Amino acid sequence: MTTPLLKATGLNLRFGAIPALVDVAIDVAAGEVVAIVGESGSGKTTLLRVLSGMMAPDAGDVLWLGQDVLAMGEAARRRLMRTEWGYVHQNPRDGLRLGVSAGGNVGERLMAVGARHYGNIRAEALSWLAKVEIDASRIDDLPRTFSGGMQQRLQIARTLVTHPKLVFMDEPTGGLDVSVQARLLDLIRSLSRELGLSVLIVTHDIAAARLLADRILVMRRGQVVEQGLTDRVLDDPQHPYTQLLVSSVLAA
Amino acid sequence: MYVAVKGGERAISAAHAWLDETRRGDPAVPELTVAQIEQQMGLAVDRVMAEGSCHDRFLAALAIKQAKGDLIEAAFLLRAYRTTLPRFGASEPLETTAMRLRRRISATYKDLPGGQVLGPTFDYTHRLLDFALAAEGSECPAAPEAASPVADVPRVTELLAREGLMQREATSEAEPGDLTRQPLTFPAERPVRLQNLARGDEGFLLALGYSTQRGYGNAHPFVGEIRVGHIAVEFTPPELGFPIELGEIGITECQMVNQFKGSRTEPAQFTRGYGLVFGHGERRAMSMALVDRGLRARELDEDITAPAQDEEFVLYHSDNIEATGFVEHLKLPHYVDFQSELENLRTIRRTAEQARQEAAE
Amino acid sequence: MTITVVPPAPSTLEGYNFAYLDEATKRMIRRALLKAVAIPGHQIPFGAREMPLPYGWGTGGIQVTASILGPTDTLKVIDQGADDTTNAISIRRFFTRVAGVATTEHTAEATVVQTRHRIPERTLREDQIIVYQVPQPEPLFRLEPRRMETKRLHALADYGLMHVRLYEDIARLGHIAKAYDYPVMVNRRYLMSPSPIPAFDNPKMHRMPALQLFGAGREKRIYAIPPYTEVRSLDFEDHPFRPIRAPHACALCGSRDTYLDEVITDDAGGRLFVCSDTDFCAERQADSAKEAAE
Repeated sequence: MTTPLLKATGLNLRFGAIPALVDVAIDVAAGEVVAIVGESGSGKTTLLRVLSGMMAPDAGDVLWLGQDVLAMGEAARRRLMRTEWGYVHQNPRDGLRLGVSAGGNVGERLMAVGARHYGNIRAEALSWLAKVEIDASRIDDLPRTFSGGMQQRLQIARTLVTHPKLVFMDEPTGGLDVSVQARLLDLIRSLSRELGLSVLIVTHDIAAARLLADRILVMRRGQVVEQGLTDRVLDDPQHPYTQLLVSSVLAA
Repeated sequence: MYVAVKGGERAISAAHAWLDETRRGDPAVPELTVAQIEQQMGLAVDRVMAEGSCHDRFLAALAIKQAKGDLIEAAFLLRAYRTTLPRFGASEPLETTAMRLRRRISATYKDLPGGQVLGPTFDYTHRLLDFALAAEGSECPAAPEAASPVADVPRVTELLAREGLMQREATSEAEPGDLTRQPLTFPAERPVRLQNLARGDEGFLLALGYSTQRGYGNAHPFVGEIRVGHIAVEFTPPELGFPIELGEIGITECQMVNQFKGSRTEPAQFTRGYGLVFGHGERRAMSMALVDRGLRARELDEDITAPAQDEEFVLYHSDNIEATGFVEHLKLPHYVDFQSELENLRTIRRTAEQARQEAAE
Repeated sequence: MTITVVPPAPSTLEGYNFAYLDEATKRMIRRALLKAVAIPGHQIPFGAREMPLPYGWGTGGIQVTASILGPTDTLKVIDQGADDTTNAISIRRFFTRVAGVATTEHTAEATVVQTRHRIPERTLREDQIIVYQVPQPEPLFRLEPRRMETKRLHALADYGLMHVRLYEDIARLGHIAKAYDYPVMVNRRYLMSPSPIPAFDNPKMHRMPALQLFGAGREKRIYAIPPYTEVRSLDFEDHPFRPIRAPHACALCGSRDTYLDEVITDDAGGRLFVCSDTDFCAERQADSAKEAAE
């Protein structure tokens, strides 16, 4: 068995009296899509922030390829965040520069890692716009003129352009219409397969998790109450809370 | 044929001679004395002392005369002078309960220990031009005198604090930063913020303070207390080891009482916005207190949404000496950079024109 | 061991120290300068004083000059490349009054050159220092006005944003639209504002034999480029940096490779172009007059 890319153990974090993470352990293997599901307040977004080094836990370890993420300096972590990692925010406005053209948004990560050939940067931006199904004629337009779904696709292009190994996604289909959500999920699925990406996705949407994920972790009140292969967890939930989650989706 | 702009030195001298002439105005009108400005333009003197951050009524009055009444220019003259002065040290902290009061009002209590003392104020005057003042030489009758206020005048905020309703200020023995010696850095601690506001532009502070009342910053202020008067300044020379009195200065202090809904760690209570300025400057002290409270958003864990809560924005733009210098420097020649912009613009337009022609062909 | 105490040189203005600033302030500024030289292109905060000239009119440059000036120095002051512009005259006069140093209009004779918006055309030497007046030391300020954030970006050398801005120019206009205050990378580490000199002057900063000092009074920052340091203007491989100048010859000296001022001569579109560096232009004119006479 290969060593996981990301491995976290013994994560604990409290906000005052509220436990946000209780003895959480998780790992993500190369090319694997892992979904963290649970209702809001279950600690899943906090977990994502801790795993990506944006927030320090009270206790526990996060290792990236054996390196201690929490002990890294900010410079090293930022470098990681613009090379081997990517982060897709729920709200595309948090992940895009709204005053910079679509091409500039995609090109920024390339320039941040040293690309200095305008023609190449532009060609790469065009190819990524095509991959996320944005018309090439929009390359010089500002993202604020885009629809919500387009903005989210642009954010994905901007994140993937430097070929990260692992992408953190925080409710990427959050504020979108149902029809737009389906298209975006398809896109994420095909891109992650095509590029062999590892994805750690936080969602409250069981259907999205079923479509994308190889494995699922179910969180409740800061604890992982159940985990396993997606089909197993969703078709044969063991924990009463998972059973409740799954049945509430079926009922809907 | 073009001749380079020569003779700049002569032009400068001539311009300054003309400036002196216009300062004097019509020689048939008697010249203003510095003493007249100091005595009869007292509030202008106070403002110049505050913004010039130097308490010296004579120098401030002289600066006003030299600046032809331009108060920012006068404050600038005073500041430039004060930086050249040797520094002996810092005074003892002022104990404002021991002030010799001319005015003391509270908007939160109808009556309170020490009483309400109206003092010399524009408040409740009817703003009608007084043409009697246009006639010179009219006698000004002495104002009626009452018994001087009682000696012990406790602070309103202290009365609240004793009840646990007013947040106590954090105490510290650490030497506060000194804005006149060290550059501003962020995040800025409260002593440095207060120093900055105390000499900030009155108009800027007023507008920002006003904005907090109109919903930009969510303030719910009450004037706990305003005190205007004189206070002794004490200094401890290292050779002596005990404080000696240097003299009295005029100051205005304002304590604003603000609502605070409490946080995880602190119960709901009032919080304070503080203003203290040289001379009689109620508008300035009140505005300062409003802005001080606004800038405490970070430490009180409030959302920072308004300009008056944004410390980089407020503290970097409050100083009118810096502001006027940089705004007015636009008068200096910029033809080198402008020329670069011109050539650049021409190139860009040429490129666009070529592209258009190629598209048309 | 003997200690030689050098008394401060006398000032020529009653009641003021030599070169206006007191010795303690000068020491504080020199410490900032040493730090700045040690970390080329990095902005050092310093306790800028109020000067008798307004902020924005060269107070940073004046404080730097005042701190490095000695009684035997020869000072040249230029604004827009010229010695005779009003602000240059005013600053030169200030130093004559408070330091009594020799002044010159000839670049070659100066030991210290204080400048606003230009680098002289004549190549500076190792025994010279150029002091730039800087209105805005932060090269990222238009992209990020907050100093707390720009400080972080510098610390992490996170300059992708600046390149994005240049990318946007090319995408929209076909060219990089920055014509002055064109950002440079110093010693491959710090992004730096060269002050609002025309981009034409940027290449002169690269491996300059003279020490380059930058003073921003209002913003209270000092920075420096030691002699022979690498200074690169940001660009793209396929859109290389272009120094911009008006494509004309100087109407006075005929120069085709110096930076030119455009002068409007009438209201019918008449204009001519003359050297912005008045000393360089006058010397060229004198040289050609001499050649003609021989």
